[in-house]
Amino acid sequence: MSQQFDAPMSPLRAGDDEVIHTAGLTKTYRSGTGERARDLTAVDHLDLSVGKGEIFGLLGPNGAGKTTTVGMLTTRVVPTSGRVTVNGIDIVENPAAAKRFIGVVHQGNTLDRSLTVWENLYFHGRYFGMSAREARQQADDLLGRFRLGQRAHTEVRTLSGGMARRLMVARAVMHRPSVLFLDEPTASLDPQSRLALWEIVVQLHDEGQTILLTTHYMEEAEEFCDRVAIMDHGRVLALDTPAGLKRAAAGERMTPADAKAWLSRRGAMERNERGIPAHGNGDGTVADPAGVESALLEMLSTAEREGVSFDDVKVPVTLETVFINLTGRELRE
Amino acid sequence: MTLTTTGDPHQAGREEPDLPPGPRRSSVFRALLSRDLVVLERDLKEFLPNTLIQPVMLVFVFTYVFPGIGQGVGGAANEARFSTLLLGGLVAQSIIFQGLFRVALPLARDFDMTGELEDRVLAPTGVSTIAFEKVLAGAIQSLFAALVVFPVAAFLPATPIYLSANWPVLATIVPLACYTSAALGLTVGTRMEPRLVPLLSGFVALPLGFLGAIFYTWDSLAPIPWLQYAVLVNPLVYMSEGLRAGLSTGVVHMSLVVVYAALAGFAALFTVLGVSGFKKRVLS
Repeated sequence: MSQQFDAPMSPLRAGDDEVIHTAGLTKTYRSGTGERARDLTAVDHLDLSVGKGEIFGLLGPNGAGKTTTVGMLTTRVVPTSGRVTVNGIDIVENPAAAKRFIGVVHQGNTLDRSLTVWENLYFHGRYFGMSAREARQQADDLLGRFRLGQRAHTEVRTLSGGMARRLMVARAVMHRPSVLFLDEPTASLDPQSRLALWEIVVQLHDEGQTILLTTHYMEEAEEFCDRVAIMDHGRVLALDTPAGLKRAAAGERMTPADAKAWLSRRGAMERNERGIPAHGNGDGTVADPAGVESALLEMLSTAEREGVSFDDVKVPVTLETVFINLTGRELRE
Repeated sequence: MTLTTTGDPHQAGREEPDLPPGPRRSSVFRALLSRDLVVLERDLKEFLPNTLIQPVMLVFVFTYVFPGIGQGVGGAANEARFSTLLLGGLVAQSIIFQGLFRVALPLARDFDMTGELEDRVLAPTGVSTIAFEKVLAGAIQSLFAALVVFPVAAFLPATPIYLSANWPVLATIVPLACYTSAALGLTVGTRMEPRLVPLLSGFVALPLGFLGAIFYTWDSLAPIPWLQYAVLVNPLVYMSEGLRAGLSTGVVHMSLVVVYAALAGFAALFTVLGVSGFKKRVLS
């Protein structure tokens, strides 16, 4: 998917063509006052590097530090320490200059409700120094491309959720940013709108747009991201291509007892599995994805009762497996 | 937060000399302002009645109904004098309320839920520039309100009005009052708990208005010394007095030196509080 990355490249760092770079990036919030004051480290010495043309996914449970990280990358959160650059421009020293190179799509609808659909794009272009003519032209083009042309002169409050999100993406790329930030881009969209949105994101990516996104949807991260960082407690726990992350997790063979315990822990999670190559009994592929893990658990228990012995068991790995393994199952609400 | 112009080669180009220069701060500012003016134009059908209803009602009741029912304020002989002093007060009141509400209410709504300002906060300029634009846009709306209310207060009263414009005073007091009001709006909109801001008309506007020397001159409060001094914290007092000095003859007003000094002081204070409040809201 990323022709930009045909050349061999370390999965841990972006190549020379780096758009985002952070070093020791830290944000500590102070809550309470006086003796009850408590420091909460939302992001803890984060070193991140995102290369040109890449779709980089930031995954993590609620409170992992994703939003604070994106806030620091987009000038809205001032880091406590560390360095962050976009296009080589230090965001803390010179936020005004850095803002030219970033486009942001927030999770909520932040469209300007006093303006029409078309005007949202036009004025955005004007804020970024486009001439009136250029802004008009670009607004027309983007509305056509994002399938919003028919709604150009309607109020933004009449847009559906999917349309509003598409308009926000159009607005964010209006000034041709070096990096596009998408915060939970498909959250609360219906499947059709979700597909339409990904179509646009992939199109932008094919044109070489660097994209950093946060998401809770593992299958989306797995399918669309070139590299993924899994964050928790303000730190990056794992950073690799989705395939690399899965390979690393799949490499661990378990004893049947461990596998059983592991499967039990996973319980009845909502999942979307594809199949199980279970090694050891020579015949382990289960076709029904929904019941895969319970089936395997059942199989292991039955086999144990029957006195069948296994050498080892390999469990199916999706990005979600990797995610849950790294961040645990505890609810973060 | 740096306020350097985005195109400054010393800042922007230091690490990446090949980057094209960004838009000038003044061009971002103009774009933000043109957005606000487009919205104002669109809102005129709400803006006009909103601005006019109160002055029209006050003029009607105080200068037509009261004299008509023998309840003239200050006695029948003073009706014309009252209409005259009311003129400055009503224009001042429109200035301060439009400045305050037109800036504070949208900001509060935005901080509380809509997040609409997000796109403008990410415009390639310093956050202070964006805050300052809000003040200027508010001041323009205030000025517009003053221009709309003036004919109502000047020509609607049933009694004669002793109108005589002191242009140098008007040309300075009006913009200063408009700016101060919008800066007050920025201060309230960024520093007050957003969910309380809609209650502004009760909490802030009523005391501000009734104790703002609209219906009486500051001088006439002399019989109640504590009140005469207490109302000095109200910026509307200086606006009413200043406008009276600029619009009418035969009405006693506060020394213009005091009026200018106080308004300049309030303008500076509200600008500092408002811009820093804005930064606090949008940066963490």
